[in-house]
Amino acid sequence: MPEQPGKNAIEVRGVRKVFGTGENQVAALDTVSVSIRENEFFTLLGPSGCGKTTLLRLIAGFDFPTAGEILLHGQDIAPLPPFKRPVNTVFQSYALFPHMTVAQNIGFGLEMLGKPKAEIEARVAQMLKLVKMEALKARRTSQISGGQQQRVALARALAPQPKVLLLDEPLSALDYKLRKEMQIELKRLQHETGITFIFVTHDQEEALTMSDRIAVMSAGKILQVGTPRDIYDRPAERFVADFIGETNFLQGTVVSKKTGVATVKFAGDATIAAGYPEGFDPSGEVTLVVRPEHADLVPDPAKGTIAGTLSNIVYFGTDTHYHVRLEGGQDFIVRHQNSRSSPVTYATGAKVGIQFEEDAARVLKY
Amino acid sequence: MTTATLSPIALSKAASFEAQAVKASARRNRLLSLPALIIIGIFGVLPLIIICVYSFLVAAPYGGVQWQFSTDAYLNFLFQRDIFDDTLQFTPDFLVIYLRSFLFAVVTTVICLLLGFPTAYFMATRPPAQRNWWVLLITIPFWSNLLVRTLAIMFIIRDEGLINNALLALGVIDKPITMLYTNFAIQLGLLYAFLPFMVLPLYSSLEKLDFRLVEAAYDLYATRRQVLWRVIIPLSKPGIIAGCLLVFIPALGAYVTPLILGGGIHLMIGDLIAQQFGSGRNWPLGCAQALILMAAVLVALFFYVRNTSGKVQHG
Amino acid sequence: MAEPRVMDIKDQPGFRSIAIICLLVLYVPVLILMIFSLNSGSLVTHWEGVTLSWYGTALLNEEFHNAARNTLIISITATIVSTICATLAAIGMTRVKPWRGLAAAFMVINLPLMVPEIITAVATLSFFALIAGTFGLNFGIGNLILAHTVFCIPFAYMPIRARLEDMDLTLEYAAADLYATPWNAFRRITLPLLVPGIMSGAALAFIVSFDDFTITQLVAGPGQTTLPLYIWNQIRRPMTPEINAISTILLMVSILFVSVSFLIARRRAK
Repeated sequence: MPEQPGKNAIEVRGVRKVFGTGENQVAALDTVSVSIRENEFFTLLGPSGCGKTTLLRLIAGFDFPTAGEILLHGQDIAPLPPFKRPVNTVFQSYALFPHMTVAQNIGFGLEMLGKPKAEIEARVAQMLKLVKMEALKARRTSQISGGQQQRVALARALAPQPKVLLLDEPLSALDYKLRKEMQIELKRLQHETGITFIFVTHDQEEALTMSDRIAVMSAGKILQVGTPRDIYDRPAERFVADFIGETNFLQGTVVSKKTGVATVKFAGDATIAAGYPEGFDPSGEVTLVVRPEHADLVPDPAKGTIAGTLSNIVYFGTDTHYHVRLEGGQDFIVRHQNSRSSPVTYATGAKVGIQFEEDAARVLKY
Repeated sequence: MTTATLSPIALSKAASFEAQAVKASARRNRLLSLPALIIIGIFGVLPLIIICVYSFLVAAPYGGVQWQFSTDAYLNFLFQRDIFDDTLQFTPDFLVIYLRSFLFAVVTTVICLLLGFPTAYFMATRPPAQRNWWVLLITIPFWSNLLVRTLAIMFIIRDEGLINNALLALGVIDKPITMLYTNFAIQLGLLYAFLPFMVLPLYSSLEKLDFRLVEAAYDLYATRRQVLWRVIIPLSKPGIIAGCLLVFIPALGAYVTPLILGGGIHLMIGDLIAQQFGSGRNWPLGCAQALILMAAVLVALFFYVRNTSGKVQHG
Repeated sequence: MAEPRVMDIKDQPGFRSIAIICLLVLYVPVLILMIFSLNSGSLVTHWEGVTLSWYGTALLNEEFHNAARNTLIISITATIVSTICATLAAIGMTRVKPWRGLAAAFMVINLPLMVPEIITAVATLSFFALIAGTFGLNFGIGNLILAHTVFCIPFAYMPIRARLEDMDLTLEYAAADLYATPWNAFRRITLPLLVPGIMSGAALAFIVSFDDFTITQLVAGPGQTTLPLYIWNQIRRPMTPEINAISTILLMVSILFVSVSFLIARRRAK
């Protein structure tokens, strides 16, 4: 990888973090490397315990890596304690100081940096305006709602104008509607401030809608880094495909292979030529993944890519899920968006065909 | 994805920094506990070691000790040396006082539990606002001056005290019943002194009780008594053990209560020990007696630790 | 069957009566003692009428003044020293990685709670006698202050430690994240949030020192009479309601400090 100093806000190089000693050793991060660009909304996505929060804490300086380097604008920050890093955090629990007012909370970082009083006041006023909290600046943090606390936490972390803002599942404590609102608000703040955001979440939908790029993590490793589209449409691993969105997994066997495309036999006699990720050499048993909404249902079993029996129909309001039992015994789900006039109605037990384009399928390691 | 090659310098730098920074700050904070540890070490632990040493010395004629090794203090606990022929004779006087104190402490613990458990349970099932008042009302005697509280009992049970005056006035009796300076007085005083010590730990354990479990038990056809014995009491066992210990240990070593209500006639261990340092002028014997009491306390603590560790905590 | 009876699942028959009996048992004797402090007669058990004169007699008594002065000197000093030590120890034992000896240190801090008071009393007496005999050292009333400090430390330590353990560690991380040095984080975040715990601990330390009888009685030298010792001396003379008046004053001090400590703890819980 060519060095591009100044281009990357954060560069994590070969970072390992081991907790515990002796037999109880657990590697929370197993030699992770990733580059986060300037002005990027970067998301660390993964299930709980995957190491995403550990990585965030290492960047913030609350924990120190067992091995590896963390570079901020090309400078190694690993030896710096948190209070010397130009990086601020929005905590999951917000961690607002309960004995201070909203304004005092927001001004705390600047005060600790020894900024003159006038500057602090001006900056606090600016921040209060940015998060629309001017009216509540004299309130104690215990006297405001969860959504308002969230805004104060954001303003407090943004006030010192950090080079990078770290957000540790900041929306998880909010209810659904407020969360949607804050997602848009966060995007707006990132645009307005031009600060690099590193956002940690286990919510794949949140990650897809907000991020410029996503790193999918599992068991202390980064499995794939890419744009939301990359991750969703071209998952590099079975875990990524499974964790993000709904997916049909079909077992198959490679019959032939060209550059970037493998022909796979599956579900009895069906064959399809589908793409596979870089660095993977498909052969023998493989997994074929197809998103439910990338497939279509046809009434004539012979006209589809594969045939099956409709076993269940589940209505979801915006769309309908058709569960199809394939000949080999596997299940396949097809998602249809509902419209005012759905052309065909199906009944359970009907023989149907499933149709999908070759580029809708992807070949992954079994 | 590529894994950047790491320079060994970066590796060791990060690792050594972690080690240094964390250890240094941890060590600095650790030192903060030193003043407390030094004060308790010198003026709390060292004195205990001194009485261990003293218990193997010889009593000086006017109090204090002579630096001469002797096991007489422990022998004197059970035997008396005959002045004339220097033989040892079994004298159970001290043993009797220890056994009596033990009995007092056991009875106190049992009655406190019988009264304290329903009280704590009743408190724990009140609505929160009422509960706070109950807790405050039990907490006040917990921290109130024991000497004064014992004095209050003394005023009531004296020959010319409230109870006797009332009974005389009602004509139930024609001369006062002697209650003060009896075993009854001591027992009553111990109960009065240590009841709050039972209620508070029981309460804090019952307060955390998950009443959905009680509902589940009723749902499974348990009666009220069965719910109490099979669900509530087993779940509050840690509180029961803590409460019993908090009553038993101070009751066994009680000093003020028998001093005031026993009138120096009916002794408990505490008075016996104090006597050796006062009129008895036998410090080594007093030290030995104190250590024997300490051993009894350690046995009780040992049972406590064994009963509370290795158990799944509820809640 | 008539109307269905609604059963309160939490009820146990008879428990209410026992609870009320316990409360009466705990309070009636003390209330009687307090009421007789207002007795205009000179007997502690025979009621004659209402007067406040026994409080006057008590408060004007020179011996009472001396005892009160000694008590305040001892308890205030012991409270300050023990609260500072307990605060430092609580921080040193919660804001660190677990270290070897932590469990032992915890036991040492709590030792005065586990040892029966009479043993502590004779041990402390022996200790001061030894250093007086060996080094000719006698700290006077300092002996009592040191003895009190030892048993006040664990009482002050408990609420302070509880408060530190309840405190969200993320707040301290947040302070560090916002450029506060460890000292600034302590001064601006940890300490202000710890104040209720410290006050509660200090109140408890003050009560146990103020009320102590056993250890004080054995360790006190001549002229070192405290209020509980003064009461003890009074018991052994013919008693007048003056003793009830002094007892009432002592009880009031306890009630005041317990309530303060209790209210601080309650407010914390919210």
